Amino acid sequence: MNPYFFYAFATITVLMVVLMILQKNPITGAMCLIVSFFSLAGLYVLLEAHFIAVLQILVYAGAIMVLFIFVIMFLNLKKEDLKTGRRPFYQFAALIASGALVTFLVVQYTKIPPVSFPESVAGFGTVEAIGSLMFSKYVIAFEVIGLLLLVGIIGAVLLGKKENHD
Amino acid sequence: MDTQLLHFIIVTLKLVIPFAIILTFIPLLVWLERKGSAFIQDRPGPNRAAIMGIRLCGLIHPFADAMKLMFKEDIIPSQVHKFFYVLAPFIALSVASVTFLVIPFAAPMPFGGGVLSFQAANINAGVLYILAMTSMGVFGIMLAGWASNNKFARLGGLRSSAQMISYELSMGLAVISVIMWAGSLALNDIVSLQGANILRWNFIYDPLACLIFITAAFAETNRTPFDLPEGESELVAGYHTEYSSMKFSMFFMAEYANMVIASALIVTLFFGGWQIPFLDTNTFRTNADYYLYYFLVAAAVCCVILGTFLSIKFKKGRFGDKRDYEPLVFGVPAVVAGLAIFCLLVVLGRFPLPLEAANWIVAVCQIFTFLFKVLLMCWVFIWVRWTVPRIRYDQLMDLGWKFMLPLAMLNIVITAVRMLWQ
Repeated sequence: MNPYFFYAFATITVLMVVLMILQKNPITGAMCLIVSFFSLAGLYVLLEAHFIAVLQILVYAGAIMVLFIFVIMFLNLKKEDLKTGRRPFYQFAALIASGALVTFLVVQYTKIPPVSFPESVAGFGTVEAIGSLMFSKYVIAFEVIGLLLLVGIIGAVLLGKKENHD
Repeated sequence: MDTQLLHFIIVTLKLVIPFAIILTFIPLLVWLERKGSAFIQDRPGPNRAAIMGIRLCGLIHPFADAMKLMFKEDIIPSQVHKFFYVLAPFIALSVASVTFLVIPFAAPMPFGGGVLSFQAANINAGVLYILAMTSMGVFGIMLAGWASNNKFARLGGLRSSAQMISYELSMGLAVISVIMWAGSLALNDIVSLQGANILRWNFIYDPLACLIFITAAFAETNRTPFDLPEGESELVAGYHTEYSSMKFSMFFMAEYANMVIASALIVTLFFGGWQIPFLDTNTFRTNADYYLYYFLVAAAVCCVILGTFLSIKFKKGRFGDKRDYEPLVFGVPAVVAGLAIFCLLVVLGRFPLPLEAANWIVAVCQIFTFLFKVLLMCWVFIWVRWTVPRIRYDQLMDLGWKFMLPLAMLNIVITAVRMLWQ
């Protein structure tokens, strides 16, 4: 793994996520998030997890973010709607909380011992390897997640139907 | 050092050639669309643009179009979101061309001690990569719709995103049965498995998946009967209403690039990819000299016949200018070349080929077979566009969610049962 690629992708990811939070315009924020998803996928590729990388783009950037932008475009926010009143107390609290978090993370980071990653086995990260793991070792978790998604779908359909009848 | 340089050159070529193919296909398809629509509507179509009297059945028109679009004034309306307004066409075109990198163009070939694959990136999850990248294309359209600050453009963007999400599902589910047969997501494995026998190609072996996939591909590429994002009778021009000059032309090119990619994908998954019908790769490699000889004979005969046919059409004073001589300019050299090849073949006879040359001939033949299939599939896209009228928006949604999605799921069950029976 080339460290330069890692630093490039990591920087882009963090930068874009920070930008997403700082953006006033929701569409710009969503686009920043998409770019960060892409660089995250790049990090997965560096870890030889091609399948996860592709899924990251397919599911998050391709499906979920399209829905997000769809909804944002539907709301059609105007500039006046985006203006929020200044709340000095919240800003102050947020500053302290984030400062504390950053300090905590930096302190913890220095405590991590240097790790050497094991050499990846042949076939690591391929569809076959992930599939066989999912249907043997993690089959219960896999089924439970499937059930959860099914419940979610049924709930969404139910909510949609309710609105139609009114 | 030398092998490293060779490796570098091969990788560069692999990256450049797919883009070159797409960029060559775009003007060709624009021409095919205009001529095809003319053929279907019983009119002559484009035939005026000429260079030194040579019209090439209207093939000069794409040059004229490109020149016109390049020199048009590029207007950026005052109330748009500038950054995304400029970015959107670039996203649309670049996403469309990136997809082509995982399509295999020919069988992997033994080369210099290793194997040379005619595929820029042999990704293990190739099919998923393509689905992911095609779903990225919608961002170009959505951003264009949003950044234009125009209600028609925005409606176009909204429609496009809703349509993409709906049809992506049936597309993905249709591919699953193909993946089940192949047991792999790598595109080259899927093509190799289909073999040279047409009866084993997936469009016969798994027709329902093929139909669903083609229909969904029409919706994904925003082609008629699913071109609601740019439905001109309701939305002026949809998402690219506010675009002009090369920015408009980039959307236009992206549409055709998407068409090429959808066709390439359909051909790869369902029509045997680079497989030459009834001609196995190994048989072809061992008997390459035999096939080459008879191919050249056939080519020579075709050249002579076509050239004679063209030359007969020459009549002085038909237009009263240089265009009169166009049939002769193409006809006479064709006859001469055909006769020359024929004489050469008769003199030389059948000559044995070295193994390397045979491999290259097979690869080139497979690449051209693939491109020919893609062109035929593109013709199907054009054919449908000028035959079927645009459907209504609620019909589009009903078709996607209530008909195609259950059908695609049913197809997976059918495939599973068929696999168990075998």
